[in-house]
Amino acid sequence: MVNKESNSYTLIFSAVLVVLVGVLLTVVFEITNTPYEKSVEMEKRQNILSAALGKALSREEADGLFTKYIKDSKVYNAQGVEVQGQDAFNLDLAKELKKSESEQLYPLFVFQDGEVTRYILGMRGTGLWGPVWGYIAIESDLNSVFYANFDHKGETPGLGAEIKQPIFQDQFGLDKGKRIYNGSEFKGIVVEKKGRTSESSPEFAHVVNGISGGTITSDGVSYMLQKYLKAFDAFATKSGLKGSNVQAQLHLNASTQNP
Amino acid sequence: MSTETIAAVKERKPLFTAKDRKLITDPLDDDNPITVQVLGICSALAVTVQVKPALFMSMGVLFVLIMGNLVVSLIRNLIPSRVRIIVQLVIVAALVTVVDQVLKAYAYDVSKELSVFVGLIITNCIVMGRLEAFALANKPGPAILDGIGNGLGYSFILLLVAVVRELFGSGTILGFPIIGEWALNLGYKHNGLFVLPPMALVIVGVIIWVQRSRNQKLIEAN
Repeated sequence: MVNKESNSYTLIFSAVLVVLVGVLLTVVFEITNTPYEKSVEMEKRQNILSAALGKALSREEADGLFTKYIKDSKVYNAQGVEVQGQDAFNLDLAKELKKSESEQLYPLFVFQDGEVTRYILGMRGTGLWGPVWGYIAIESDLNSVFYANFDHKGETPGLGAEIKQPIFQDQFGLDKGKRIYNGSEFKGIVVEKKGRTSESSPEFAHVVNGISGGTITSDGVSYMLQKYLKAFDAFATKSGLKGSNVQAQLHLNASTQNP
Repeated sequence: MSTETIAAVKERKPLFTAKDRKLITDPLDDDNPITVQVLGICSALAVTVQVKPALFMSMGVLFVLIMGNLVVSLIRNLIPSRVRIIVQLVIVAALVTVVDQVLKAYAYDVSKELSVFVGLIITNCIVMGRLEAFALANKPGPAILDGIGNGLGYSFILLLVAVVRELFGSGTILGFPIIGEWALNLGYKHNGLFVLPPMALVIVGVIIWVQRSRNQKLIEAN
């Protein structure tokens, strides 16, 4: 019988155990990774569509409707120049965030249902404990916010995690009248403490209320929104989307006159 | 004693002896991991807002407990005692990773809901506690039964707490509405406190109270 308490036995035992466990986990990962990645992809479609339609959808529903509604997608850089040869859907924003800000790429999805066109921006930023991400849908006037949804990896339940709840997301509803321009001046959407901007002020069109106890997450979402909306502003100007769309221009004027 | 008589003695032994049965029934009441051993309280507070995550958490812990007990019991004579805690940890961590991956692949929504708590099964004291206290010193058969018993004892309390919390906190069980519109129209309101973690502690406390008033054995004489 080998001496179980000897150093060499202990070392050999540990090494064998670790190798066996390593092999087991590799096999399990290989088997489970494909269905997992499929779920992640379906969830992405679900998030994009639910921002574009302003309502919750199941993953299966969204999977079926995605190609029906999302007619086009684009990728552009921070300067608003469209980048060819990139797939907006498979653009890994986590990787983009690691690049310097001027080199990052931004995805855009175009929703079309008959006459209705909406632009959906994919976003990713940093919360308190980890990444936060979301999709914001802009009306064809390139100004009014239609809806937005957010998600996170591990924000605190009840605090930062509230960004994925209707109580936060519904502030981006079309009926709330949020806009990213004041006249022709870019404002974006800022998340800030409730009451800092009076609800009667015209500035309130560019403000949503943050989450009490979730300040760092709220600030992260605010920074993310500003960054991606700014890039969208640059893209809309450079690509001629803003100028060519006469109807959009009319909308822009109308909404400036009636805040 | 000849080998023949040993075989004969073994044959007469029933499949489940009274001792084996006790391994399963004890953790359900007299030696319940949560209410008597007071292990695994953390997850009992965290994943019991709704029944569904509690159910999946229970299944996860049950699986890890049975498999962990089995594996450790099988290699109990090979494990060098100096590194036995680390060995147990590696085995538990591997099993939990398997559970996590399987949930991610086949129950994506649940895995998102449970998020870090699946990983925390590793540190659930029930698992390590049973490996150290039982599996290291017993044969695989009883070790499996001990795993089943403790897993069920844990699940029982977890589900009980979850049912109470979901029913009074959101008026549903497994997402199905139990308290109907009519009750809400009559002025009934869901109690938000039940959704918050402190209420889980209170409910566990009430369960312990009820259990001890029923089962006098549990009250220490002093």
